[in-house]
Amino acid sequence: MKQEFTVTVYSENRVGILNQVTSVFTRRHINIESLTTSESAIEGIHKFTVVVYATKEEIEVLVRQIEKRIDILKAYYFSQDEIVYQEIALYRVPTASLFEGNEVEKLVRQFGARILEMTPEYTVIEKTGHKNETQELFNKLDPYGVTQFTRSGRVAVNKLKKEPLNSYLRKLAKNGVNPEK
Amino acid sequence: MEDQKKDTVKMTGSAAVMESFVREGVDLIFGYPGGAIMPVYDALYSYREKINHILVRHEQGAVHAAQGYARASGRVGVCLVTSGPAATNAVTGIADAMIDSTPVVVICGQVGSTLLGSDAFQEVDVVGVTQPVTKWNYQITRAEEIPWAIARAFYIARTGRPGPVLLDITKDAQFGSLDYIYKPETFVRSYTPYPSVDPGLVEEAAMLINLSSRPMALVGQGVVLAGAEKELIEFLDKTGIPAAQTLLGLSAIPSKHPLNVGGLGMHGNYGPNVMVNQSDLVIAIGMRFDDRVTADPKRYATSARVIHMEIDPAEINKIIHADVPLLGDVKESLPMLTGKVSKNDHSKWLEEFRACDRVEYKRLVEREIYPDKPEITMAEVVRRVSEAYDDDAIMVTDVGQHQMISWRYFKFKQSRSVITSGGLGTMGFGLPAAIGAKLAMPGRPVCLFVGDGGFQMTIQELGTIYQSAVPVKIVLLNNNFLGMVRQWQELFFDHRYAHTSLINPDFQTIAKGYHVPAVKVTRREELDKAVKKMVSTDGPFLLEVAVEKEGNVFPMVPAGASVDEIILE
Ligand SMILES: Cc1ncc(C[n+]2csc(CCOP(=O)(O)OP(=O)(O)O)c2C)c(N)n1
Repeated sequence: MKQEFTVTVYSENRVGILNQVTSVFTRRHINIESLTTSESAIEGIHKFTVVVYATKEEIEVLVRQIEKRIDILKAYYFSQDEIVYQEIALYRVPTASLFEGNEVEKLVRQFGARILEMTPEYTVIEKTGHKNETQELFNKLDPYGVTQFTRSGRVAVNKLKKEPLNSYLRKLAKNGVNPEK
Repeated sequence: MEDQKKDTVKMTGSAAVMESFVREGVDLIFGYPGGAIMPVYDALYSYREKINHILVRHEQGAVHAAQGYARASGRVGVCLVTSGPAATNAVTGIADAMIDSTPVVVICGQVGSTLLGSDAFQEVDVVGVTQPVTKWNYQITRAEEIPWAIARAFYIARTGRPGPVLLDITKDAQFGSLDYIYKPETFVRSYTPYPSVDPGLVEEAAMLINLSSRPMALVGQGVVLAGAEKELIEFLDKTGIPAAQTLLGLSAIPSKHPLNVGGLGMHGNYGPNVMVNQSDLVIAIGMRFDDRVTADPKRYATSARVIHMEIDPAEINKIIHADVPLLGDVKESLPMLTGKVSKNDHSKWLEEFRACDRVEYKRLVEREIYPDKPEITMAEVVRRVSEAYDDDAIMVTDVGQHQMISWRYFKFKQSRSVITSGGLGTMGFGLPAAIGAKLAMPGRPVCLFVGDGGFQMTIQELGTIYQSAVPVKIVLLNNNFLGMVRQWQELFFDHRYAHTSLINPDFQTIAKGYHVPAVKVTRREELDKAVKKMVSTDGPFLLEVAVEKEGNVFPMVPAGASVDEIILE
């Protein structure tokens, strides 16, 4: 049975890694639901967070195929209950809509969103949350004239006691291994 | 700082490529020059005393030759090509090396770094194109990166599960200068070539082996790549376990070894295919359960536990679930296992394989190698040639019926004697691969079996054979058909021969044009004499045999069937 998995990948900071990560999924015709990438907490190491639907058997093999690429340090997969995760959504609405009654303002408060920027012309609202929450706010705001809506990929931390990559790197350091140049 | 200066030498990027080759022990490369690689060729001219260069006739041939060189010798094969069309020509060979785990380093030229991305003359995004078919690739844009990248390329190509590495060097990096210092690579922190063997799992595997009454070993190329042939034989001899081989695993065990029960898969032997579903324990050693081996994986090894000895974690549970996933280099894990298993004898179980062999011989092999019809069969030619070399030649094949037949009927005494395109099934592989194999192992006879279709895919390499005087023996099994496809059309497409019949050139004339001595055999009586002539001729030779036009390769596991549904005729 297919289920949602969050895959986290740690790589060297080299050209072309994203392509290497995504091609493992595209080869098997697995659609990437969301993707986030930036430098990790460890200097020089990039982190990718990828959300996909796959079976447990598939994801196990996929993660090992990603990890097999030379410049990938480690790849892990987590089911939904093994991580804490968020996405961020931005909504642009005409500022005028805020003054036609207090509905928009009420929604912002009710959804724990906030107003990021306000100009005479437009207002940008920001909300973090899971996809269903940011989507629901969109559905509610849309009647007031959302002119732009964008949602980020997922960021996630796992619930494990130790960050597995950190211990791997620490082990290397203990064995006197130099970091990548 | 002062110290470091003393150790370094100022040189150009191109000279650094050559110097690094020398440091890696490279004395032979296969290549083809062109604009974007000319500075490196110019440096090669200065290194011509140390590094021999074989000028091929097509870049695909350069990679296949490097593959043949690597597969025969275990050393890294090296290619040098220019940018754009040359690099794309090399892609087939690189993909072949990737899927067959062959250590190859391909260096290609690239346009100057300021032109990258501008659709410059002969610019192709080679790193992008080859990303899925290389173990690692890298674009070098500065001369200072060259020693580091080459050291890393050789380290990655040859260690762990070997594979092809491509370095794309921009022209300005070739022209640029650097303070040269070479440090061979020994560690890449994001890469674990040799996962450590878990002694607990060795223990578990040994227990299963000791308890099994119908164990069977499936031997793959991993054993050869690890150089663990001796360790394998010791394991087999102690346990008495019958051992079958994959397409690329063949010759890891001598043909005559009493526990060798033959080849696995679609056109393998009857016994191992049927018995794998009778077995209670399958020990997969350096193999990856390719679909040509397993047929329907859901009906493979149905009553067996599986021990999977494998160096690449990505192969574990990919196709067949492993009860004991014994990760690690088999050169390390096999002796550990041998130490733990009890001495055993499985002669009654082995006898069941031998009974299958007798069935296969009576119903198939006998009439293939001693046919009672006038047409010459591929099998009898292969057998005659094998015998003429005292079953001790390096056999290279192209792809098709002749490949399966030579694999079935050639016999071996030494490892690294089978060089064939397994995973990719690349027609055109054979001739250039044979060139590479011969140059790697000048002391061993190298004999190529090739079909009339595949021969014409890289036939221009006869020019390489002539120019570089490479003494390969070529046996052309000519059926004037794309035989393997025709066989499928006959069996599965109701005899509808869509575009598989070939109207061929006169191969004798072609050989003559390339100054390669040649003989054509059309009648059985002429065969032995012609084979003798080939064997006794110094230098290259083409033996063309007009074989049965519509012969079929059997046994055969039909697509989608279970291995035990193998058909003998
Ligand atoms: C590059 C490439 N193109 C097409 C194929 C498909 N194919 C597989 S076997 C075969 C026929 C080979 O014919 P020939 O070389 O005459 O050998 P035979 O099968 O007759 O021994 C073909 C076309 C292939 N394997 N490789």
